Amino acid sequence: MIPEIGHFALWLALGVALMLSVMPMLGATRGRADWMALARPAATLQFVLVAFAFGCLVAAFVGNDFSVLYVASNSNTSLPTQYRVAAVWGGHEGSMLLWLLMLTGWAFAVARFSKHLPGPVLARILSVMGVLSVGFLLFLLLTSNPFDRLANPPLDGRDLNPLLQDPGMVFHPPMLYMGYVGLSVAFSFAVAALIGGNLDTTWARWTRPWTTVAWIFLTIGIAMGSGWAYYELGWGGWWFWDPVENASFMPWLVATALIHSLAVTEKRGSFKSWTVLLAILAFSLSLLGTFLVRSGVLSSVHAFATDPRRGLFILGFLVFVIGASLALYAWRAPKVGLGARFEWVSRETFLLANNVLLMAACGAVLLGTLYPLLLDALGMGKLSVGPPYFDTVFVPLMTPLIFLIGIGPLARWKQAELPQLARRLRWAFGAALVVAVLTNWWRGHLGIVSTLGLMMAFWIVAALATDLADRLRPNGIVKTSLWHRAGLIPRAMIGMMVAHLGIAVFIFGVTMVKSGEIERDVKMAVGDTTEVLGYTFTFRGVQALMGPNYRASQGTLDVTRDGKAVITLHPEKRIFPVAGATMTEAAIDTGFTRDLYVSLGEPIDNGAAWIVRVYVKPFISWIWGGCLMMAFGGFLAATDRRYRAKVRQTQGADVKVAA
Amino acid sequence: MKSLRYILPLLAFLILAGFLARGLNLDPREVPSPLIGKPAPSFALTRLDDPAATFKRDDMLGKVWMLNVWASWCVACREEHPLLVEFSKRGLVPIYGLNYKDKRPDGQGWLARFGNPYNASLFDDDGRVGIDFGVYGVPETFIIDKQGVIRLKHIGPLTPDVIRERIEPMLSKLNA
Repeated sequence: MIPEIGHFALWLALGVALMLSVMPMLGATRGRADWMALARPAATLQFVLVAFAFGCLVAAFVGNDFSVLYVASNSNTSLPTQYRVAAVWGGHEGSMLLWLLMLTGWAFAVARFSKHLPGPVLARILSVMGVLSVGFLLFLLLTSNPFDRLANPPLDGRDLNPLLQDPGMVFHPPMLYMGYVGLSVAFSFAVAALIGGNLDTTWARWTRPWTTVAWIFLTIGIAMGSGWAYYELGWGGWWFWDPVENASFMPWLVATALIHSLAVTEKRGSFKSWTVLLAILAFSLSLLGTFLVRSGVLSSVHAFATDPRRGLFILGFLVFVIGASLALYAWRAPKVGLGARFEWVSRETFLLANNVLLMAACGAVLLGTLYPLLLDALGMGKLSVGPPYFDTVFVPLMTPLIFLIGIGPLARWKQAELPQLARRLRWAFGAALVVAVLTNWWRGHLGIVSTLGLMMAFWIVAALATDLADRLRPNGIVKTSLWHRAGLIPRAMIGMMVAHLGIAVFIFGVTMVKSGEIERDVKMAVGDTTEVLGYTFTFRGVQALMGPNYRASQGTLDVTRDGKAVITLHPEKRIFPVAGATMTEAAIDTGFTRDLYVSLGEPIDNGAAWIVRVYVKPFISWIWGGCLMMAFGGFLAATDRRYRAKVRQTQGADVKVAA
Repeated sequence: MKSLRYILPLLAFLILAGFLARGLNLDPREVPSPLIGKPAPSFALTRLDDPAATFKRDDMLGKVWMLNVWASWCVACREEHPLLVEFSKRGLVPIYGLNYKDKRPDGQGWLARFGNPYNASLFDDDGRVGIDFGVYGVPETFIIDKQGVIRLKHIGPLTPDVIRERIEPMLSKLNA
């Protein structure tokens, strides 16, 4: 009975979403306050209904209701409870329901926290979000109903894909979807502003915190996915330029550009039409990513749904949403105006260059992801371009961007002096170069690429230090304490510094891993040892082990350094009989300066010996540490008191207008 | 005409959407190749496992053989690999790998880990031979006859269907 109720709740939600997408929009056009007032309760009701349906699906999973096709395909009685919950988004139907839950959740959040917005603006925004819900509800109900019943329910389910039975997978998709779908808020703000014709600096100020929050989720989501690939796929890599990774990375690049562009629009009123375009593109790429993953047009390990009807539906929806918003843009944007003028050397110019580089990078990733598809459509074959292509195009685009990260924050708005900038930053540049060379010399690694990588990381740090020192220096007019001056730096500014520092940490990690990692595949019998970067790994054999829904061969390796015990690692090879799959569970000793990574390959000589992969990866955890710092910087920026203070101010203004 | 540039994003998107629509209706595996019926390009490469040993096209004259292009960075290859390992055990045809734009330790590690279906893998680090063979991407599979002529080319991962319906009939025809 529960699945039917959930199914019914989705149909009710569709009715509410239809109403939400029409009435408030019409109300805003005709000046009907009562129609506009429907927006907030409708957004709330829509969220409650979808959340209820989602709860019904969770209940079906936890209660092992295998009469539901989706549960039978993705769960099993022996699956531990936490994975039964995560299995809800382990397949196509459930992940689309999760997507919808996030979408209506964001709409609910907008309804809840944007009371200060003028009535027509809020009505239009929520209506646009309603249109998006209608699309996804129809998609779910017509092509991917998660509540479909089986006439002859099996006794037990087919089990969740073992790759997904991992703590990282419990949180990775919700985080990523929060980010993906969160970009729909910036999109709706942009479309609503284009319809209403009120594209001004207040629009940018309202949009900024929402965009930043979505960007935070996206950053964490991507980082978690990468971390998952690192320890679950068992081959020690952390980024594969897989189409699905690219699908999440492209919106991230555009959202990053958008965050910076919004800053210019809010502070200086410039780049308005460009910012609006970015807001549309960021969410469009989220939708495109969904299409690529869900339709199966690109073959990828992730594409678990390959049903042409679904592909056709999403494509139709994609054309409608993106096409309509870009058409609206083409129609309305020319009237927006240019905003404040600025000189060639100014912070605006640097941020514009940042945007151009980020968009070029996104374009390169898009091309690399779609190139196989384009060739195929032109009848020229199918291929995967792989890391050789991406590494070649990506690094040259990122290098100038990193250089700009150092300069941009020090440049003044409107007009800056190039000689003065050069004077302030020459020490930073020199220090970065010297420290990079010294570091590489010290570890005996004088490659050009790795020196350049290190230099980029140190350059960001040195430029940040220059900026910070200038801000903390007494101005000579009023005597103040250092603490007082530190307190004067706006929180958003600190957020920016933390995020940029995160990039430095990330680059440092990538450079150290790329240039210093040692990977060794060795055949090991009991008692054999191998030495990697000063660590001695001794193989102690393999024993059998039973898990809840798998059998495992668990290896034991003692790690010593200079005769002292470091750790004992237990890599596993798991066999999931129901799902019919073998998984490699790497054992990793995570450290601040290095990871020890061991995974089991195949048994040879009838189990007398094993192929063991032994890796030492210097500073690899800095890659994810850097991502988390970026996210934390975003958090600081999004919670800047300016937004809270402005809320009150805007409310005051509304009252005046009303009076 | 200044407002024309505001239409550009829409136009670019519509072109893209056209390609996507076309992509939905394609069978991505079915591609003709201009090389079919032509002699395989000549090459001389070192073996992946032994930089000292070279391997030439003409070494295989007089035999029907299969060339499989792969790389350790290629996700689709990993998908195809178990099938290839199974297929190699049946001993229908000697299988040679072309290890495309890879690094020696990566390639060797990959084979040690996932099994080695190849009689030998040839190491094509700069991808030159792959280009001669018209490789669009990885994986691809060729069947070359006794006269050194390419008779079949398959783009993308092998599937049980492809092996049953294309590869096996071709092999029995060539070996008849």
